[in-house]
Amino acid sequence: MQLYRAHVLVCGGTGCTSSNSNKIISELEAQIANSGIQNEVKVVRTGCFGLCAEGPIIVVYPEGSMYTMVKVEDVKEIVEEHLVKGRIVKRLLPGGNVKDENVSAESSDFFAKQHRIALRNCGVINPENIDEYIAFEGYKALGKVLTEMTPQDVVDVIKRSGLRGRGGGGFPTGIKWEFAMKQEADQKYVCCNADEGDPGAFMDRSVLEGDPHSVIEAMAIAGYAIGANQGYVYVRAEYPIAVKRLGIAIQQAKDYGLLGKNIFGTDFSFDLEIRLGAGAFVCGEETALMTSIEGHRGEPRPRPPFPAVKGLWQKPTILNNVETYANIPQIILNGAEWFASIGTEKSKGTKVFAVGGKINNTGLVEIPMGTTLREVIYDIGGGIPNGKKFKAAQTGGLPEDVFLQAILIRRLTMIH
Amino acid sequence: MSANGCCCCSGVDSRDQKLQEIIEKYKNTRGALVPVLHEAQEVYGYLPLEVQKKIAEGLNVPLAEVYGVVTFYTQFSLNPKGKYKIQVCMGTACYVKGSGAILEKLKEKLEIDVGGCTGDGKFSLEACRCIGACGLAPVITINDDVYGRLVPDDIEGILEKYKE
Repeated sequence: MQLYRAHVLVCGGTGCTSSNSNKIISELEAQIANSGIQNEVKVVRTGCFGLCAEGPIIVVYPEGSMYTMVKVEDVKEIVEEHLVKGRIVKRLLPGGNVKDENVSAESSDFFAKQHRIALRNCGVINPENIDEYIAFEGYKALGKVLTEMTPQDVVDVIKRSGLRGRGGGGFPTGIKWEFAMKQEADQKYVCCNADEGDPGAFMDRSVLEGDPHSVIEAMAIAGYAIGANQGYVYVRAEYPIAVKRLGIAIQQAKDYGLLGKNIFGTDFSFDLEIRLGAGAFVCGEETALMTSIEGHRGEPRPRPPFPAVKGLWQKPTILNNVETYANIPQIILNGAEWFASIGTEKSKGTKVFAVGGKINNTGLVEIPMGTTLREVIYDIGGGIPNGKKFKAAQTGGLPEDVFLQAILIRRLTMIH
Repeated sequence: MSANGCCCCSGVDSRDQKLQEIIEKYKNTRGALVPVLHEAQEVYGYLPLEVQKKIAEGLNVPLAEVYGVVTFYTQFSLNPKGKYKIQVCMGTACYVKGSGAILEKLKEKLEIDVGGCTGDGKFSLEACRCIGACGLAPVITINDDVYGRLVPDDIEGILEKYKE
């Protein structure tokens, strides 16, 4: 295996791609070749780092130096100064006048209060390379489930972890899986809701762009738990990069035998297909989404019967959100108790938030449940531009409340 | 998006051939209609009635059902699109950051309304749902290019790039 003395990670999420990170990657490769260090330095296109306001973003390892708002013209200097001579380009560090250049990206205010589970690989690995996912414990949870656990064991772990649906409903995931597991049927389905529609929200998009294999692995685990051999990921067509990377990831998983027949040499088989939305907001609702996968107008249908009893094509179906799935492999590997130890009594684990509007660090953050809104806005978010006073914040989707001054101390949980 | 947006589509051409291949590929897939419509729109640029008829026949689905699905989803279009498809994000984050004024400027410069296509077939204009680049609001896309943090005065310069 080729070893490199330095890795240059460039954000390839939608935000940084929009601000030209593709051109920066080709310029980096050209300049690195120019300096003759192409066998020593590797350029990796990753998913979203989260700090979209400062994009395009480059992180150089081993130092962990984060360069922000990089322009194509800056690339030459990064290559010649940092990669060739080992001198950090201070003017490109966040804020432009960082005193301690040895501070790495992870220890900055933006990252220090975060706890990344669903986003743990976003901005770390190349999402288009399954080997990088595997190197970060990828598909280990699926292997463990298939060789050491019964479906009931899997359901029990998810139940005990306290994981609740991250799409907004907050339904306990383990209980949903148990309903579907207990149904007798010749065919069952596992679906993933990637029709993220809340205004200003791009959590699911970033997971699919930055770590698509985590969702694939989790859906296979869910398939084993409930007894399904077919899954569908319903992605909105407005997310072209996410669709492309998920497609690549599914193909790679099939090539490695991690999807398909007799996975890990067991009796378990599982296949996965992508279905594209076509611009209908209502299709984020679970019954409408399934009607849309069936090829019809995406109109909701009444419940009961619930999808766990009669879902896709009238067969027992579970539907979970992208972020919910992204937590599953880590829960299997680290245990229910580990996950339940994070967060508050009734809201376990972490939650990803897309932070937007009049705040300095717009972007994507993952925090333990129970973090206060003040910490999100002032510590992680860097406060309000020009030192202006806080007036109001809106959390969740449109139907939720708009919060005023008094709620800065509110703890963000799943209990409303 | 294919570059054959606004031109007429009379006569048998390679596009009909492609459509048959698409139908063939999905024939035995459950819930094939939506993916077939997506790919057919890639080929033709839009979904005129003749194309819908062929899809209905090929998949053995009533034409009324095909038409019903096409008109339900906003991404499917009954009208031709321009060579350059401009989409203005009207999601909440973009809207509060002034995408309305961006849209007005585009309408004024192109002299077309939302859903319209310029006479030379070059540009078509649409208002779309959130594309998830809220950190860069307000955002427009022209085919696969994304432009963010816009003000109305940026529009003229952006359109210039596509005029040659």
